[in-house]
Amino acid sequence: MNVVARLTDVSRVYPPRAGHAAVHALGPLSLELRDGEFFSVVGPSGCGKSTLLDVLAGLSAPSEGTIEFEGKPVAGVVPDGVGVVFQEDASFPWLTVEDNVAFGLRRLGMDGAEIKRRVDFAVGFMGLNDFRRAYPSQLSGGMRQRVCIARTLVLQPRLILLDEPFGALDQQTRLLMGDELLRLWRETGATILLITHALDEAAMLSDRVGVMSARPGRFIDIITTGWARERDSAIVADPAFGAVTARLWSLLRSESLKAIGAKGA
Amino acid sequence: MTRNAAISLTRIAVIVGGIALLEVLCRRHIINPLTLIPPSEMATSLWHLFGSQKIWDDIAQTFSTVAFSFVLSVAAGFALGALIHALPRVRRAVDPLLASYYSIPFFVFYPLLIALFGLNTVPLIVIGFIFATAAMVISTLNGLDRVPRVMTKTSRILRLSPTRAIWSVTLPAAAPYLFTGLKLALAYSFIGVIAGEFILSGGGLGYSIAYAYNDFDNQTMYALMMFVLVIAVAMNGALHVWEQRMLKKRARA
Repeated sequence: MNVVARLTDVSRVYPPRAGHAAVHALGPLSLELRDGEFFSVVGPSGCGKSTLLDVLAGLSAPSEGTIEFEGKPVAGVVPDGVGVVFQEDASFPWLTVEDNVAFGLRRLGMDGAEIKRRVDFAVGFMGLNDFRRAYPSQLSGGMRQRVCIARTLVLQPRLILLDEPFGALDQQTRLLMGDELLRLWRETGATILLITHALDEAAMLSDRVGVMSARPGRFIDIITTGWARERDSAIVADPAFGAVTARLWSLLRSESLKAIGAKGA
Repeated sequence: MTRNAAISLTRIAVIVGGIALLEVLCRRHIINPLTLIPPSEMATSLWHLFGSQKIWDDIAQTFSTVAFSFVLSVAAGFALGALIHALPRVRRAVDPLLASYYSIPFFVFYPLLIALFGLNTVPLIVIGFIFATAAMVISTLNGLDRVPRVMTKTSRILRLSPTRAIWSVTLPAAAPYLFTGLKLALAYSFIGVIAGEFILSGGGLGYSIAYAYNDFDNQTMYALMMFVLVIAVAMNGALHVWEQRMLKKRARA
C-alpha cells in the first residue's frame, strides 16, 4: 500500500493584519493518503477544510509541518499531477466547453492529435458531447461543474482534490454527480480527496472519512467504511451506510456546536 | 413585429422626430436664423465643405491627435491601473484622489501647457491624455478586482507561468471592464482634443468651429458641429456593438 501524499504536523496560521488578530486556521494535523483511495474530509463550518486543500495542493505554504506528494516536498508550489475542482464555477466564460476542457493541454504544447483524443474522451465521459460548442453561460450549474471536472480530467492527475464541488447543486443532482465521481475514480485509478459538509455524501462515496474538529481543525478520527470498489448511490439501502453516517454525526455534533458557539451566532 | 425591431423603430422615430421638429422651428423662424440654422442647411453646408481641402486637413489633424491621446492614455492607464492594483497600500492612498479626479477642471491648465510645449498638437494630446487616463486606470482597477478568486487559483493549479496566467486568464476575465475603459478613454480623448482646439490652437475641427463662430459664419460652424456630433455618436455606437457581441456569449441568462 503506497502512500501518495503525506501531511506531517501541518499547521496554517494566517498572520495578523490591520485590525485582525492572527487566525489559527488549521492543525496541527497529520494524514497519509493511500494510493488510489477515495478519502473524504468532513467537519464543522470554519474548521479549515478549504485551508487543508490549499495547503495540500501547494496553493499556500504551511506555517509548520511538511507536506509530501509522491515522495517530494510540497511548499507553496503546485506539483505536477494534482488536479483541483472548486466549489465555485471556475469555467472560463469566454471559451466554449471544448476550449475550456482543452485549455490546460494547449498550454503544455502537446501534440494536436493527442489533445483531441484526450478532450474527446473527457467530454464524452462527462456527458458533454452535445454541448461542445456551447458557452458556459448557456449551461446549468451542474453542467458547468462537469466542464471543470473534464478540464481537470484531461490532465490525468494522480491526485484529485475536490472542495465541496457539488455544494451549489440540488440533492438529486448531487447524488447523480456522486455516482459519476465514483465512475471517474474507478476509470482513472486516481487518488481522490473530497471535502464535503454532507455526511451522507462522505459516507456513501469514500473508503475512509476523516472527521475534523472545530477551528483550528485537527482530525478527531478517521473512519474506514469498507465498501467495495464497485459501488454507487444504491448503497443507501445498506444498513452499514446508516451506521457510518450516524457515527460521523455523533463525532461531529459536539464539534459543530463548538463552531457555532465560537462564531457567537 | 419583434420586440427588438419595435425598439429600434422607436429609437429612430425619436431621433428623426427631434430633427424634424428642429427643421420646422427653424424654417418658420420661430428660432432666430442668426442663432440656429435648419438641419437640412447644416447637411448641405457640410456636403459643400467636403468638396474643399480645408475640412480634410482639419479631420486629419484632429483624428490623429485623438488617436495619439487615446493610445497613450489606454497604455498608460492600463499599466498604472495594474501597478496600483498590485500595491494595496498605494491603492489605499490613491483611491480618494481617483474618486475626486473628474471634479477638477483640467482645461484651466491648457494655457500652461501651451506655454510649455508651444501652440501645436502636443498640448492637445496632453489634455486628452490627462482626461482619459484616469478613466482607464479606474476601469482597470475595477476589472482586476472582479476577476473571480477561483480563476486565479485555477491558473495556479494549471501551473501557468505568470505571463501566461495574465494573458490567458486574467485579461480575458477582466475584458468587459477594460472595454468600458476603452470606451471612456476614446470619448474623453475626443472631448479633450476638440475642446482644446476650440479654446486655442492652430488647426483642427475645434479650431475651425471657433473660427467660424468668431466670423459669424453659421453655415460652416453648424455644419462642422453636426459632423463632430455624428462622428462621436458613430464611434461610440460602433464600440457598443462590438462590446455587445463580446458580452453576448458570456451573459448569464
